Amino acid sequence: MAASAMLGTSGFGNWARLAAQQSLTQDQLLQFDTFGNVSLIHVTDIHAQLMPIYFREPSVNIGVGANRGAVPHVTGADFRKLYGIEDGSRSHYALSSGDFSALAQAYGKVGGMDRVATVVNAIRADRPDALLLDGGDTWHGSYTCYHSEGQDMVNVMNGLKPDAMTFHWEFTLGTDRVTELVEGLPFAALGQNIFDAEWDEPAELFKPYKFFERGGVKIAVIGQAFPYMPIANPSWMFPEYSFGIRDENMQAMVDEVRGQGAELVVCLSHNGFDVDKKMASKVTGIDVILTGHTHDALPEPVLVGETILIASGSNGKFVSRVDLDVRDGRMMGFRHKLIPIFSDVIAPDPEMATLIEEQRAPYKADLEEVIGQTDSLLYRRGNFNGSWDDLICDALLSEREADIAMSPGVRWGPSLIPGDDITREDIWNVTSMTYGEAYRTEMTGEFIKVILEDVADNIFNPDPYYQQGGDMVRIGGMGYRCDVTKPQGERISDMVLLSTGEAIDPAKNYVVAGWASVNEGTEGPQIWDVVESHIRKQGTVTIQPRDTVEVVGA
Amino acid sequence: MDFTRRDTLALGAGATAMALLPLSAVAQADPNAELVGAPDEFLAGADAGTGDLTLTAPEIAENGNTVPISIDAPGAVEVRVYALGNPTPGVAAFRFGPLAGSQAASTRIRLAGTQDVQAIAKMADGSYQTAMKTVKVTIGGCGG
Repeated sequence: MAASAMLGTSGFGNWARLAAQQSLTQDQLLQFDTFGNVSLIHVTDIHAQLMPIYFREPSVNIGVGANRGAVPHVTGADFRKLYGIEDGSRSHYALSSGDFSALAQAYGKVGGMDRVATVVNAIRADRPDALLLDGGDTWHGSYTCYHSEGQDMVNVMNGLKPDAMTFHWEFTLGTDRVTELVEGLPFAALGQNIFDAEWDEPAELFKPYKFFERGGVKIAVIGQAFPYMPIANPSWMFPEYSFGIRDENMQAMVDEVRGQGAELVVCLSHNGFDVDKKMASKVTGIDVILTGHTHDALPEPVLVGETILIASGSNGKFVSRVDLDVRDGRMMGFRHKLIPIFSDVIAPDPEMATLIEEQRAPYKADLEEVIGQTDSLLYRRGNFNGSWDDLICDALLSEREADIAMSPGVRWGPSLIPGDDITREDIWNVTSMTYGEAYRTEMTGEFIKVILEDVADNIFNPDPYYQQGGDMVRIGGMGYRCDVTKPQGERISDMVLLSTGEAIDPAKNYVVAGWASVNEGTEGPQIWDVVESHIRKQGTVTIQPRDTVEVVGA
Repeated sequence: MDFTRRDTLALGAGATAMALLPLSAVAQADPNAELVGAPDEFLAGADAGTGDLTLTAPEIAENGNTVPISIDAPGAVEVRVYALGNPTPGVAAFRFGPLAGSQAASTRIRLAGTQDVQAIAKMADGSYQTAMKTVKVTIGGCGG
């Protein structure tokens, strides 16, 4: 922690060593010497995963520009080497990729909001006035969340009693539903960058920040919603709102809360990690940024100037605890622990388990129906492809009789391991959304390239402020080459139609099937029905590793 | 459904088409586009440095047809705004009289595609300041 008077440690090493002995207990996993006078608990990007799941971290997560080779753009064995993690250990399984299926068999599922509740309660037993902050992407991503329009997650989170929340996919419930839910929240709904689109003024429903007095410290929590909501998601569902990074307004808010006596400034962010890194270098006076959106899990904070950045993973797989020593109006030190929610190690909280059961009860038969089996590991995370999306693209190609399939490069969606049943719930976990219609249309080869170039620039633009934080659109039926070091318009080449082996003709029309279009009025069957029908016909699914995308410059 | 870039960008235009241009009461947007001209004409051979002039614009436009921008130019007598990638780059000119309480203005501009937006301020002493921002106009739709 050079260039700073601040002292900090991460408690990650303790359980990592114990884990190698295969004897991890809940007490060992949660062990933490309470430090300083303030505790923050961070959860983010839960994507409505109430139950324990498998979640494979990415093996391909390319950093560009100044972030080339910097965390979180370090994966697999390189990640383990960087943090001194033993191969085959629990930390290997939780935090990195490689040998996933075997390690999943050994160490079991992760997450489950009843286990998260146990961890939150344990931290509150140490520090009763700890702040619990939810980074958003909470009311989206499952069968029950879709059918209850987010009510299941609101009920469960209310049981967990957070102090504040910020937002992203929540807005795809539509303005009316978001308003209804937010107005009923017993905690703060924050976003300094949520503006009224017509007047370009701060939106009334969402406050920029909230003050808390904890441990004798005056704490300001400033919210930062996902900046590119109307671009990455359908703006017609929430036309009243405008977003953007608005770092000049963030600075104004930091100055305002400092002027009102804030001794600790925490930013609850859904920017994405690299955007937060840049924002921390431009905006002065933020002590802690609780990052979200890009689903990274880091066992140690990243320091930018005097701001610490915390990355707490996704899908209910992790909880971060950050203890802070705040004296004389400034943060003097921290102690941090990224707690993996090993479902077999942490006992479920009985009250929360009952609450979750109540949310699922009306849908139980539909959720549990077995549609097929998988012989292969099904996962999504990675910059270019994942086997779940290969399967979804296969379903689009065959069920919609298309030449080329497109599946959005979202980062949510749990994994399944070989031998698993595929239930309806599993299919919804990787497809559920309020604009899931599977379109079928014609596109010229030229326009397909325009789309690929556009999406690639949203990931590989060297300036993080121009990135939207998703992964590359997944393509079925077509191969291509991507040079991540080139500017927009020059990254994509060698596009080939796999069925014939012929080069894509810019002037020719191709039948393209896809889903999750941001355009209003998109028509087609829901993607989960398309995938279910395909899997039923297959019986047992086998997805061989594919090398249809050649990546250059990684 | 239609996937042309123009149609994609046109989505959401209805939401903001009714918006007024919230001009500062002391500034006047010049209705004569030819008077805005090109940066070289305004500078007339002078160099523009950086100073207190700030240009605020989104990094990625939510709708390329109506991009909110604002300028703040303490001490300026005139500020011109150029969308350097548009067929007609000159988009706005703001003149500030001696009684202006502040030299700031906001408007919405239309961008033909990803490009640099430039503001140039002429100061009371005849010197020039400039500020630039790249605004990306994108198809979008794949943020996770």
